[in-house]
Amino acid sequence: MTGRTITFEIFRCDPQHPNDSARMQTFELTEAPGMTVFIALNQLRKEQDRSLQFDFVCRAGVCGSCAMVINGMPTLACKTLTSQFKSGKIKLMPLPGFELIGDLSVNTGKFMRSLSERLQGWLVPAGAERSFDAVEATMEPQTAEMIYESERCIECGCCVSACATAQMRDTFIGAVGLNKIARFTLDERDGRGPDDFYHVLGGDDGVFGCMTLLGCADACPKGLNLQMQISYLRRKLALNPDRII
Amino acid sequence: MKTITTDALIIGAGLAGLRVALACQAQGQQATVLSLVPAKRSHSSAAQGGMQASLGNSVKSQGDDETAHFIDTVKGSDWGCDQTVARMFAHVAPKAVRQSAEWGVPWSRIKAGPRQAVINGKTTTIKEAVQTHGLIHARDFGGTKHWRTCYTSDGTGHSLLYAMDNKAIAAGIEVHERVEALQLIHDGQRCQGAIVRDLVSGELIAYLAKTTTICSGGYGRLWSASTNALICEGTGTSMALETGLVPIGNPEAVQFHPTAIVPAGILVTEGCRGDGGVLRDVDGHRFMPDYEPEKKELASRDVVSRRMTEHMRTGKGVKSPYGEHLWLDITQLGAAHIDKNLREVKDICNNFLGIDPAKDWIPVRPTQHYSMGGIRTNEKGEAYGLAGLFAVGEAACWDLHGFNRLGGNSLAETVVGGMIIGEHVAAAAKQTDAPEEAVAVPHWHAVAAEIDALLQAEQGNDPYDLREQMEQIMMDKVGIFRTGTELEQAVVELEQLQRQASELKLHNRTRHSNPELVEALRVRKMLKLAVAVAKGALARTESRGAHAREDYPQRNDNEWLKRTMVHWRNDAAELSYEAIDISKMELPPGFRGYGEDNTIAHPDSAVRLAQVEQWQQQYPDATEQERQQALMPYELPTLLSQPNQRRGVGK
Ligand SMILES: Cc1cc2nc3c(=O)[nH]c(=O)nc-3n(C[C@H](O)[C@H](O)[C@H](O)COP(=O)(O)OP(=O)(O)OC[C@H]3O[C@@H](n4cnc5c(N)ncnc54)[C@H](O)[C@@H]3O)c2cc1C
Ligand code: SF4
Ligand code: SF4
Ligand code: FES
Repeated sequence: MTGRTITFEIFRCDPQHPNDSARMQTFELTEAPGMTVFIALNQLRKEQDRSLQFDFVCRAGVCGSCAMVINGMPTLACKTLTSQFKSGKIKLMPLPGFELIGDLSVNTGKFMRSLSERLQGWLVPAGAERSFDAVEATMEPQTAEMIYESERCIECGCCVSACATAQMRDTFIGAVGLNKIARFTLDERDGRGPDDFYHVLGGDDGVFGCMTLLGCADACPKGLNLQMQISYLRRKLALNPDRII
Repeated sequence: MKTITTDALIIGAGLAGLRVALACQAQGQQATVLSLVPAKRSHSSAAQGGMQASLGNSVKSQGDDETAHFIDTVKGSDWGCDQTVARMFAHVAPKAVRQSAEWGVPWSRIKAGPRQAVINGKTTTIKEAVQTHGLIHARDFGGTKHWRTCYTSDGTGHSLLYAMDNKAIAAGIEVHERVEALQLIHDGQRCQGAIVRDLVSGELIAYLAKTTTICSGGYGRLWSASTNALICEGTGTSMALETGLVPIGNPEAVQFHPTAIVPAGILVTEGCRGDGGVLRDVDGHRFMPDYEPEKKELASRDVVSRRMTEHMRTGKGVKSPYGEHLWLDITQLGAAHIDKNLREVKDICNNFLGIDPAKDWIPVRPTQHYSMGGIRTNEKGEAYGLAGLFAVGEAACWDLHGFNRLGGNSLAETVVGGMIIGEHVAAAAKQTDAPEEAVAVPHWHAVAAEIDALLQAEQGNDPYDLREQMEQIMMDKVGIFRTGTELEQAVVELEQLQRQASELKLHNRTRHSNPELVEALRVRKMLKLAVAVAKGALARTESRGAHAREDYPQRNDNEWLKRTMVHWRNDAAELSYEAIDISKMELPPGFRGYGEDNTIAHPDSAVRLAQVEQWQQQYPDATEQERQQALMPYELPTLLSQPNQRRGVGK
């Protein structure tokens, strides 16, 4: 299909411009072999419109910068091949649920930092820090692997955009937040367990606000097992006999 | 003029920047970090393979120690590095790995008992000792005597950066995202911060600080094909160059990685070869053993890249619409191993090539990868030429890597450098008076005037066009193999582009978020750096490490055992040199161990070697400390100077 003309319909809005309102703009481009939405957008900016805003950093699907809604699906633009859209029509929208910077660029960084501050998304050591001159503490190889499994999240925000609960309730921590909590509760180096997160987990902002429809897991570009993480947390909370839920 | 005042300003939120910030905060100094992007999206997150530290845990790492790591690093650098820095580094690397484990990095761990591994193309059984179960594992990387590269599956950079950024958030360190530092504030003697543009609002802010540390990463994007993230444009480095006071060290020392996929230029980790993958040509022949019978695919990076290029020149490359390439074959490792340890590689192959690496060969070729050169600093990380200015990580020429860095030594450098230099930055901030706002005023106005002029110009050149021409020149004429003729052309052409860049015309006149304005400001900085690289490469009439001159194939210690220094003066790159003193080396120059030895030796090398050997014969019972003190003393901050404990398996 190389050489065909593809039509891009792109959301445009500059919120800093007092008179600007949101609109869709149409562009056309000749497809090249192996073309990704990353390549296409850069070509459009260079050749057709120098004001087009979007974010790419790694262009390799590992940094989480470039999530946007492509033909209705929140996903990473850098690893989306244009050839997968047989119609030759590609509609690009910014990720919903985040502050709009302009066009396809949204402020996921600000969202993720405040989520992290709210959840205390860092290791809270179970004991005193060991001297770095000494041989390190051991860890079961399998535990390390399990922690890494959930740590593979790249904070792209696709799960938040794909989640009906998150779209309705601003304070819902989303799959990204639930996964973060699971990551630290799994880690034996961390002194906290699921109960220590009860204040967020135990209410509508946490596991009990989640409708388990798994839009998040379908959208996650890293293929994280979000279903397992959510049910793990739910089970852990439910198992605690002292807790009435 | 809006101003923000802090104790320690840190430009860059990758591993190096965040680690310096944490060191400052721990010493009670307020750290403020600037970044083009959210910290966790910095380029450090893309490192897959691992981080070198001589923990010596695995059976294949037995006997490893700081000295072995030091020797590998010096040899890898082709004797171009600063040996004192390499010593300091090797000593602190185990501490860096162990501390990061305490901070949350889920390092891959040793499982006791037998396991299958592919070594040298053959499946072999390795048995790990029971006593090492659960300790931090290491994998094999090119150019190392022992298996020394610690890793988390294939997301080492991601895990490290997340642990570091989480720690910074916990410490309440402010990271100002989506801002770009454009000019250093200084009075000719002392650096007092930077003029910074908010990439969203367009506002210009003077950040005033007692110390300024540049951790802005490499400059791979000067080349059209690079494994680097798109933001690795070297603007932080160029900003130091633009002062006219601070030199760039060894800009011509640029590494090409053997295995980036074709055409996207995305890296597949050296771990592929470390774990047993092999390189094949158009006939499916495994050619590396023909060139490097001992190290094969795991010879040092620059060597493998050149052998691949050489082999393609003999007509053995695979032709494709995107030019020639070779094959990386990891099918032998099997789907289970790939799913677990090389999953990112699998994803990249799926997403960008539509292939399954457990079944198909991966099209690869050497691609620009790493900038060994950068802002020249002393052992404490202090930049030459301006007090109060430091540089750490890939942006710096601390000079750990000389003319070639080993895989896994860069992540290690960011964290280790951050630990060591961070102590010096904090100490300097404590001793320095508050910055003066008046010093910032002319700098603020200079940047404001540049932006005004760009937004008003009615005629001029197109920044995107200049950029594209620059990238192509760098690729074609300042690449893996270099010749005097091509480099001369490159210098002339780049200097011309650099002059053209003084007149730019923009289509987009928006003062706030304006990608074209960003591009225009960057291309000017990038072109200066490009000129520095090409000029340095032209002048260096020898081959050393990654700098391979076809017209001067010998490493010439006699004339070239020195560091290139580039100053930007009178709108041109000015070269000078800094001697590397053989009489102070712990490891005098010798044969690196690849191909044939055609070094032109320096007479001092033999003298120094005799001295070192004589000392060792004279004091056979000397302790490690005594030996170090006599041959090449070095000093670390007290906090980092204690010996590293090891399990000492098998001893
Ligand atoms: C694909 C790939 C894989 C790699 N794998 C490995 C590996 O396995 N092992 C290894 O040891 N090394 C590896 N490396 C090298 C290593 O990842 C880098 O050298 C290292 O991460 C650099 O870290 P840094 O902190 O110096 O800079 P970076 O992580 O690049 O961070 C630079 C920071 O500076 C900011 N910045 C830049 N300019 C400005 C400015 N003007 N104003 C404000 N902020 C600015 C950026 O926003 C960013 O936050 C790899 C490199 C690549 C390309
Ligand atoms: S399961 Fe549904 S409600 Fe729960 S986080 Fe995922 S998308 Fe949101
Ligand atoms: S869980 Fe998946 S979709 Fe959500 S932020 Fe992380 S990587 Fe993105
Ligand atoms: S640009 Fe990094 S994930 Fe797309």
